[in-house]
Amino acid sequence: MSVLTAKTGQAIPETSLGRKLKDRTVLIAVYVAFALAVIPLVSVLYKVISEGVQVISADFLTRSMNGIGGRDAGGGVYHSIVGTLEQVALASAMSIPIAVLTAVYLVEYGQGKRLAKTISFFVDVMTGIPSIVAGLFVLAFWILVLGFEVSGFAGALALGVLMIPTVVRSAEEMLKLVPNELREASYALGVPRWRTVMKVVLPTAFTGIVTGIMLAVARVMGETAPLLLTIWVTKVINFNAFQGAQSSLPTYIWEQASDPNQVAVARAWGAALTLIFIIMVLNIGARLLARRTSIR
Amino acid sequence: MTSIDDVQTAAVGVSRRRRAISTGRRGDKIFRGAALGSGVFVLVIMGAIAAFLVWKAIPALQANQGSFLTDTEWRANSDPPRFGIAQLAFGTVMSAFLALLMATPVAIGIALFISFYAPRKLADGLGFIVDLLAAVPSIIYGLWGLHFLVMNSDGVVSFLNTYLGWIPLFAGENVGGQSLFIGSVVLAIMILPIISSISREVFLQVPTPHIEAAQALGATRWETIRLSVLPYGRSGVISAMMLGLGRALGETVAIALVLSTVAGINWHILEPGGNTFAANIVRTFGESGEIGRSALIASGLVLFVITMIVNMAARAIVSRRKEFTE
Amino acid sequence: MKNGIRLAAIGGALLTGALALSACGSDDNSGNGNGTAAAPEGNCVEATVNAAGSSAQKNAVDEWIKNYTANCAGAVLNYNPSGSGAGIEAFNGKQAAFAGSDSVMKPEEAEAAKTRCAGNPALHLPMVVGPVAIAYNLDGVEGLQLSPETLANIFANKIKKWNDPAIAADNPGVTLPDTNITTVHRADESGTTDNFTKYLAAVVPDIWTFETGKVWTAPGGQGGTKSDGVTTLVKQSKGSIGYVEMSYAENASLSTVKVKNGAGEYTELTADSASKVVAGAQVVGTGNDLALKIDFAAKTPGAYPIVLVTYEIACEKGLTGKEGEFVKSFLTYTASEAGQEALKGLGYAPLPPEIISKVRTSIDAISAA
Repeated sequence: MSVLTAKTGQAIPETSLGRKLKDRTVLIAVYVAFALAVIPLVSVLYKVISEGVQVISADFLTRSMNGIGGRDAGGGVYHSIVGTLEQVALASAMSIPIAVLTAVYLVEYGQGKRLAKTISFFVDVMTGIPSIVAGLFVLAFWILVLGFEVSGFAGALALGVLMIPTVVRSAEEMLKLVPNELREASYALGVPRWRTVMKVVLPTAFTGIVTGIMLAVARVMGETAPLLLTIWVTKVINFNAFQGAQSSLPTYIWEQASDPNQVAVARAWGAALTLIFIIMVLNIGARLLARRTSIR
Repeated sequence: MTSIDDVQTAAVGVSRRRRAISTGRRGDKIFRGAALGSGVFVLVIMGAIAAFLVWKAIPALQANQGSFLTDTEWRANSDPPRFGIAQLAFGTVMSAFLALLMATPVAIGIALFISFYAPRKLADGLGFIVDLLAAVPSIIYGLWGLHFLVMNSDGVVSFLNTYLGWIPLFAGENVGGQSLFIGSVVLAIMILPIISSISREVFLQVPTPHIEAAQALGATRWETIRLSVLPYGRSGVISAMMLGLGRALGETVAIALVLSTVAGINWHILEPGGNTFAANIVRTFGESGEIGRSALIASGLVLFVITMIVNMAARAIVSRRKEFTE
Repeated sequence: MKNGIRLAAIGGALLTGALALSACGSDDNSGNGNGTAAAPEGNCVEATVNAAGSSAQKNAVDEWIKNYTANCAGAVLNYNPSGSGAGIEAFNGKQAAFAGSDSVMKPEEAEAAKTRCAGNPALHLPMVVGPVAIAYNLDGVEGLQLSPETLANIFANKIKKWNDPAIAADNPGVTLPDTNITTVHRADESGTTDNFTKYLAAVVPDIWTFETGKVWTAPGGQGGTKSDGVTTLVKQSKGSIGYVEMSYAENASLSTVKVKNGAGEYTELTADSASKVVAGAQVVGTGNDLALKIDFAAKTPGAYPIVLVTYEIACEKGLTGKEGEFVKSFLTYTASEAGQEALKGLGYAPLPPEIISKVRTSIDAISAA
């Protein structure tokens, strides 16, 4: 891109006025587009940060809502942070390997096969799954049919179902971008296919896959509806994701934001800021990691 | 893509002739099995969900006294239940389409700005911020929409109504408040970072020789973009748009918070009203009985079909473009 | 897959780091409480129990949990305010030990509840009176008075201006502005809509010809999602009027309408005036089941007519073990003097004595067997 900025306009002096004018117009349009987009985006961040900062304190981050009555101030989000981190970690641990392997199958093994087409089709269909439906499915299958109780793990199952299609889609796109020459070169050296995939294809696409995973993680971290059905609601800290009701940040925000109490609405903003902060930390972490390990 | 297979068959053929057992064969089998197994597992889950939805949707469809496709009212909990998806389908498609219309040019503008116009140092930071914004959960956009945008948008809305009121969409008497237009704006803001971060990735992959060739011909910056960047990136941008559209179609919480519900289909998008599949599901789920729930699941199925059509269209466009450019 | 392992390692490190950073997390909020928790009556049952249902009574339940656990530290009640329908579903699906509901169960739901309670009937126990406020936003007009007829005409979009003669007739001596009326209703299904439309249909059936129920069916107006959506809309748009639970109107400091009751008085909404109309309610449940039918046109003096009664739905028999004991013990507290008194500061009204005494008898009959 530096090539472009450095050379334009200098190399050929006889650029006509009309073309120059067009160039300027586009330049202005691009700047305007940028400004237009920045206003609402910054406004979102500003609102969350300015409202959230007023609430966030050491107490807010380290306390649960236990013993906070209808109109009481105080309380915190600790139980929800614990819940969200555990649920999302479990969901990721379950769905990412499956999703990435599926993408590998689709791109490396399944080309043109009917099974691959069917899988691809269903993955596409399921990207449009309304999140509450995933919750309903887990409720009906895991809790009602198999008879398990509500738990953080049940929520993680629902989130995992939501993550799979997004991760498969993005990983598939990224694997497709890996140039065939790389694979061919590897085969030519006598490297078996699976090692080619592990050592050449996946590392090449790694950055892109991580970006896709982060987007998926961020998306499920903000999911509310499926969790309400599967993890229940609780005000106390529960470290055990496999037993008993757990809280989570999005359900906490949803609940507090619709409370008539102004203190509760303030807590919702505080929790929103906490959630964004966690997502950002994960994102930055993933990005640094991707940058360090990417092959360029 | 056939070339890998060719190479592979060739390679396998060679190894078969030379050595009966290659060190990689076993690993290959296991790995292939794992990949295939995962694929099949995904298929099973997805199939199970689809089957579950159809199974759960049937009772409501049988009990429905109205026309599922053309009724505009949703009274699935009345006795007898009477509901139709017309209003939901209208609101969903309209808001997602408007959002895409608003977001795409701006998103491409941002992507171009970051990739080609902004100073290098600034560009990295900006790209990062846009990516982060793609990760902001939708419930936060919803809160912002309800508590900020709805309250501060009356000026813009009445401006559109006064000066562009001759366009039927912007007409109406009682404009303002929680309208389909505001819902679309929130959706547009949500999908903007998604479209622009993917478009940016695509633009960055434009081979430098393409760009240099255009410049060597004396093209201005815009002409370079138009001649070499946009054609190369077109399929990527289209798939980014489709991804955004998919998210807009399925968006739940943000739209449920921002839209107000008034019965019937209203083409005047500045007036309060509108409803979407996903918003309707979260709004009515809590107070639904057996049939109501089943009806909501049936509406979820329709949302599937719509998303599916959008995705298939996107795939078709992308693959056609590929054939064209390569 | 080295990268994958590294990713997992870093992810794990981030996670444990985040947890460790805040490992000092605590459930102890006693320093923050306002110390008004009165000691609950009855015994303490230490159990972890899930319940679900009406969001209209969420704050009441929160307050009760706080007071109950203040003297019974090992008890945890997780109340999921997912909505009455979802609450009944969760109760019937055995995920909830009891359900909170704004309306009486439908016959098929009651049938499922009977199965859930091992063949015993599930009881409707009235526990909270939730007054429905008619909140409005009109500059310079305090203490607006409306008769049911005018109210119905406004929400039916037949009266469109604030200076309409009908409104003026209800408010002698008040100068009303020439502003358009914007009505605000609930966009989602809710018990509040159900009770408000039932009130209108019962008192002024000639004017309110729309279907009653949890869905708003009258034309026009704006819809807000959940009570806070309605409150926000009323608060931000001049000339608007909407119906919302009293606690929301109070917290947003919205003006509320004095509604004309069956005795012909314009009554202000207070916890006491709302209790009064429930006193005239008729019990339609059989045995220990206390499903109520409210007489919205009751001629009780000083009664505010538009209220919503929310029930706890619990098994009379059939809940076993600690769970059953807890439900009985907790409901005993909520129906007690102290439990009902706790409602007053929260925008709810306590049940009148004639009803609450029946509730206590019914709770006594609950047995965990």
